[in-house]
Amino acid sequence: MIDEQKSPVAPAPAQAPISAETVLEVRGVRRHFRRPHGDPLVVLESVNLNLHKGEIVGLLGRSGSGKSTLLRIVAGLIRASDGEVVYRGEKLHGPADGIAMVFQSFALFPWLTVLQNVEAGLEAQGLPPDEMRDRALRAIDLIGLDGFANAYPRELSGGMRQRVGFARALVMNPTILLMDEPFSALDVLTAETLRTDFLDLWMENKLPIKSVLLVTHNIEEAVFMCDRILVFSANPGRVVAEIKVPFKHPRNRLDPRFRQLVDDIYARMTVKAGAGKTTVLSIGERIPEVSTNLMAGLIETLASETYKGRADMPALSQALALEVDELFPLAESLQMLGYAELETGDVHLTPLGQQFALADTQARKVSFAKQMLTRIPLAAHIKSVLDERPGHRAPAVRFLSELEDYLSDSAAEQTLRAVTMWGRYGELFTYDDAAMSFSLEIPEAESA
Amino acid sequence: MESWIGGGDPKITLKELAEAPAVVRRIVTHPYLAVRGIARGNLPSPWDIVAFALLFGTLVLITVGTKQFGAPLSALEKTSVDLSPSALPYYALRTTLRMGAAMVLSLVFSIGYAGLAAKSQRAERIMIPILDILQSVPVLGFLTFLVPFFLGLFPGKVLGAELAAVFAIFTAQAWNMAFSVYQSLRTLPPDLVEACKSLRFGPLQRFRRLELPFAMPGLIWNMMMSMSGAWFFVVASEAITVGNTSITLPGIGSYVATAIADKNLGAIGWAIAAMLIVILLYDQLLFRPLIAWGEKFRADNEPGQVQPESWVLRMLQRSRFVAFLWQPTETAINAVLRPRRPLAAQAEGGFALPPWTPLALDIAWYGVVVLAAAYGAWQTVSYISHSLGLGEVGHAVLLGLATMVRVILLVAIASLLWVPIGVSIGLRPRLAAMAQPVAQFLAAFPANLLFPVAVAVIVRFHLHPDIWLSPLMIFGTQWYILFNVIAGASVFPHDLRDAADNLHLRGWLWWKRVMIPGILPYYVTGAMTAAGGCWNASIVSEIVSWGDTHLQAHGLGAYITQATNDGDYPRVVLGVAIMSLFVVGFNRVLWRPLYSTAERLAGVEE
Repeated sequence: MIDEQKSPVAPAPAQAPISAETVLEVRGVRRHFRRPHGDPLVVLESVNLNLHKGEIVGLLGRSGSGKSTLLRIVAGLIRASDGEVVYRGEKLHGPADGIAMVFQSFALFPWLTVLQNVEAGLEAQGLPPDEMRDRALRAIDLIGLDGFANAYPRELSGGMRQRVGFARALVMNPTILLMDEPFSALDVLTAETLRTDFLDLWMENKLPIKSVLLVTHNIEEAVFMCDRILVFSANPGRVVAEIKVPFKHPRNRLDPRFRQLVDDIYARMTVKAGAGKTTVLSIGERIPEVSTNLMAGLIETLASETYKGRADMPALSQALALEVDELFPLAESLQMLGYAELETGDVHLTPLGQQFALADTQARKVSFAKQMLTRIPLAAHIKSVLDERPGHRAPAVRFLSELEDYLSDSAAEQTLRAVTMWGRYGELFTYDDAAMSFSLEIPEAESA
Repeated sequence: MESWIGGGDPKITLKELAEAPAVVRRIVTHPYLAVRGIARGNLPSPWDIVAFALLFGTLVLITVGTKQFGAPLSALEKTSVDLSPSALPYYALRTTLRMGAAMVLSLVFSIGYAGLAAKSQRAERIMIPILDILQSVPVLGFLTFLVPFFLGLFPGKVLGAELAAVFAIFTAQAWNMAFSVYQSLRTLPPDLVEACKSLRFGPLQRFRRLELPFAMPGLIWNMMMSMSGAWFFVVASEAITVGNTSITLPGIGSYVATAIADKNLGAIGWAIAAMLIVILLYDQLLFRPLIAWGEKFRADNEPGQVQPESWVLRMLQRSRFVAFLWQPTETAINAVLRPRRPLAAQAEGGFALPPWTPLALDIAWYGVVVLAAAYGAWQTVSYISHSLGLGEVGHAVLLGLATMVRVILLVAIASLLWVPIGVSIGLRPRLAAMAQPVAQFLAAFPANLLFPVAVAVIVRFHLHPDIWLSPLMIFGTQWYILFNVIAGASVFPHDLRDAADNLHLRGWLWWKRVMIPGILPYYVTGAMTAAGGCWNASIVSEIVSWGDTHLQAHGLGAYITQATNDGDYPRVVLGVAIMSLFVVGFNRVLWRPLYSTAERLAGVEE
């Protein structure tokens, strides 16, 4: 909740320049799911946010942190359970005029040409065909797509497709532009071109937009583009920090102050992730689906000469080409199993982790199984149930429904999949996908 | 380099191999097998029972109600059919028009029905099981109920008989099309749905820009499959006898029926030729263009590989004259569909309903459904038990078992024959490209035109009808196994074939470890379609005539046909109900689990 926030993190209104016009207000927005039994499942804790004229605000966090949920509530695509979004002095019900969205997957209609895609929103407003065409062509021109008006999306590269996505949003003359990880499906070079092109248009005031809300899990991207960043943490999703970015556009990624801010944000995110994790986990703890190969790989990398058991997360992220969304769950699963510790933007191996790095395959498996049994209550639970049962078999559904008391359906499935994968690696138990059941036995070899 | 490792034809380039799948990949899954989330298990759910009761209750009510029309059903004059070949073009035209009318009806129905089922969970609960049972009711079973109903509606008019025939064809076409649309609507890409909301599309625009285009490729393919299946029944539905009502509608079907009665083999030859031409024309003028055009609605955004070609479509698209005609039409459609601003503005807001409303609606809706089902069940049971005893039910079930044994054996034999052939064709892309349309064409050809020839042979050699009439059942539907297997083999990954060669997998081991698991989903689709077709065909192929020679095998199909000819409605209801139960049971116990196993083996993620 907001009360955990420290000095730069005070409620937004106090921080805002007094002269700035507020374009949109998010007041105490919260979202949860009711469940048949037990407390409602909170996806997003209460959030307050004021969007001001002329700023780009970033929502930064990992998957499951509620940042996309907040964006979709502002977009009017889903409803808030509590609280309200105030736009143009009125409460928001459903998608509003003047709020446009750019999607991660581009969300273009494959059967419509570029021009028809851009026109679609205008068509919904019932504009006359001539005006529609005129405005669409101007938007296509602005975003650098002239010449492609009659192409179908499948004929375009990813970068070009996202340009169509931008044109389709911009043609609506939006006051607020919502962006849902718009560059994450693109390769590094294309993404950078698109970012700078967008920032150029934004700085030259060529866009009708007054304010931008950008969802991202890329820390550098947030620092590169945003004027203010809300940092989210997961389970339940909530805002843990609000950070001002004091640099002017265009920004230089190699500027030491830029790097420093990126490091600071990493540190903040690891502090949050690390806190309380060293204590005993509960059975309903969400476990990230991280492959055991990746874990072993990271342990080996950390143990290597380059890192000598300790690494800076931003550097590691760059060196291994892993996004925050991949690196954090990976590092955290090592922490869960007691192979590594996370603190203020650093990850370092524990003695156990060092041992693991040196061990051979069988010794690794033994160590892994032991760590799972002592540190992951769900794994211990599955093992003890299998031990007790006469046939040493148990259906997966049983554990799934136990998990669903603590987690959302998808999180419960993901957690069970993760534990299944880890348990198979540690040879704690086996899993039969066809029968959907766990067992202790090694599957009988088919008589062939 | 890789192209030389494979055991296949080295002249085939890698590019061609990569391209081959695109043509066939999307076309094979039977929508019924692809539908997910109807029932988690394969055991019948309470909703199946409700659906069954509702459906048969309705059929019984139609029968009972029709009798009360009181109009003489035999008032229709029996038109005589001209057996000279010069009359055939006109008959072919009439038959074609009937098919077209039924297709339009099926399109409207499937979009409406699937739309409703996909939009409302309350409706879906009952509508999807009903659809499931509807598609397992033998098509000609419907005819028995439809003929008196429509003749009663329009006493003494040809219109009634025409409508009955059109509806009979409709029942052969509509169900899988509806399944396909429903399946599409349930799997709309979530990002496009969000884009529609975010761009504030109205319902009409959403339908036109998202739902219809997304459903289009599946719908077009299923239209084509439906059309193939329907040729079989159009022949059977033009010349029908229900009790003392005989109807002969001008068309190829009645032409054939008359030729059979007259033992005129030459006329049958002409009819077969005419049918070939009609099917070819439909294919070239309607379905090829439709499929080529439907390519643009493919949802995957990847660049198309091999584009299906159609000379008709190319001609239409390049013709200035067509463009000249189409332009105003499109403008008109746009003008009609264009949302008006004020409407869009009013869309917001809503009135508050009390919080218990959903629950109350649930109770009311499901209450009505269950009551109606109970009434339907009671009607059906009392109608049947009124004149028939338990012994009759047992008798019908036994006959059903006889037919079932035939179906199982025939599918097994056809599989043994066509799977190896299909695989060897499918592994040779060029051959596959040629064989695929031929198999499809054979599936469309109404096999019942060939029945007289079979009768002549059986009589000539004094063969046993219980055995030798059986092959007729699968004659028309075995091709589904063939072309699905061809499709499966031709999309089989080339690297796996290379790996199998590299490991020296040969003979049975190769089939067991490599090819059978690889083509299983395709084979299951084909076998299920073939088996379903067999049940349907049993009604016409367990009793066959040539002039005044009648051959009859023991089976549920013959039972239904006999009861229909005698106008014995309780027996027809009983026979049709039992056949539906057999087919639904087959689908649930065998095909669906087999299909999900196959998908799991093939590594297809849901």
